Amino acid sequence: MRKSVAFGGLLLVFAFLLIAAVNLHGFGDPTNTEMDDYFIHNGQRQTGANNIVTSVVFDYRGYDTLGEATVLFTAVSGVLIALRKEGGEE
Amino acid sequence: MIGNAPYIVVGFIIFLGLYTAIFKRNLIKIVMGITLVESGVNLFLITLGYRTGGGAPIFTQATNMHMVLPTPQALTLTSIVIGVATTALMLSFIVMIYKHYKSIDAKDVRRLKG
Amino acid sequence: MMSKIVRSMTRPLYPFIILFGAYLVVHGHLTPGGGFQGGAVAASAIALLVVAYGGTRMFRKGTLTAMESSGLIVFISLAMVGMATVFFYNFLANGGPIFGEAIFYGPNPGYFNTAGVIPLMNMAVGLEVIGGLGVIIIALGKKAFEVME
Repeated sequence: MRKSVAFGGLLLVFAFLLIAAVNLHGFGDPTNTEMDDYFIHNGQRQTGANNIVTSVVFDYRGYDTLGEATVLFTAVSGVLIALRKEGGEE
Repeated sequence: MIGNAPYIVVGFIIFLGLYTAIFKRNLIKIVMGITLVESGVNLFLITLGYRTGGGAPIFTQATNMHMVLPTPQALTLTSIVIGVATTALMLSFIVMIYKHYKSIDAKDVRRLKG
Repeated sequence: MMSKIVRSMTRPLYPFIILFGAYLVVHGHLTPGGGFQGGAVAASAIALLVVAYGGTRMFRKGTLTAMESSGLIVFISLAMVGMATVFFYNFLANGGPIFGEAIFYGPNPGYFNTAGVIPLMNMAVGLEVIGGLGVIIIALGKKAFEVME
């Protein structure tokens, strides 16, 4: 019983995803592209990098990368703490 | 809507991931389901930024000056790294659970259940 | 500990995997790649060593942790150096002493001496990702071998 209710909810979520997919803007035709066109046209002159994705990652959106590096560092600390020698005492 | 087939594929991948995460009892399979949902979201971000006939946004010896959007790709890079970090954390917790309970079945992990 | 075939193929191959990762990191501002991707490729060499030999003699946990911490510190301090203007300011681009060559809009054959702090940040992040993923792989592999027995 619980299983079928959960499956019904899952199908509901899938139907929502399908409706959203059909009603999105067409594939290969994004609508608001002013920011990306600005990056493509000015990224080389402003940052000097040929790879626009790298210039977005490390220059225009550096805060994202800082948070990402912090998340990686925290995950490594978590793994090392969880797998330390003694194991958790109860 | 055959033009929106990539979005439908993304929805199907997320559906498969959610199904795996909800209905499987093996913890490794649950992690696989969560990773599938992550992959679906990454694929969704990439397909949102695609322009028909566009090339990669890299100017080194570029022949095609009609380029896809760079920002979704940068954010997908962030998302992939965070996905790797969370997957490693989940797997290490599964190793600890296996050490304590000698089982990776979600039904057996019930010490906190009243 | 895998079979002899895997072990004897791993030994000549893993330096080239690390070399390819370093290439991806260093050329991150010109070709597809960057700190995260190159670091992940180089960490796959560590994964190969762990799977084939059950551990690595060359990459110890302490070294990798030090690499990770130093990469993060170098990254944040590079971001702080541009603090005179704004956090994450690219103070080396277009006229700095290294990586300071200016380029203009349009395709070019790819000049290595460009992009300001971006290659330095790529190297710092590459170091951090190699260290972080290597530590994760070694810790998980060691614990898994230990629990399996």
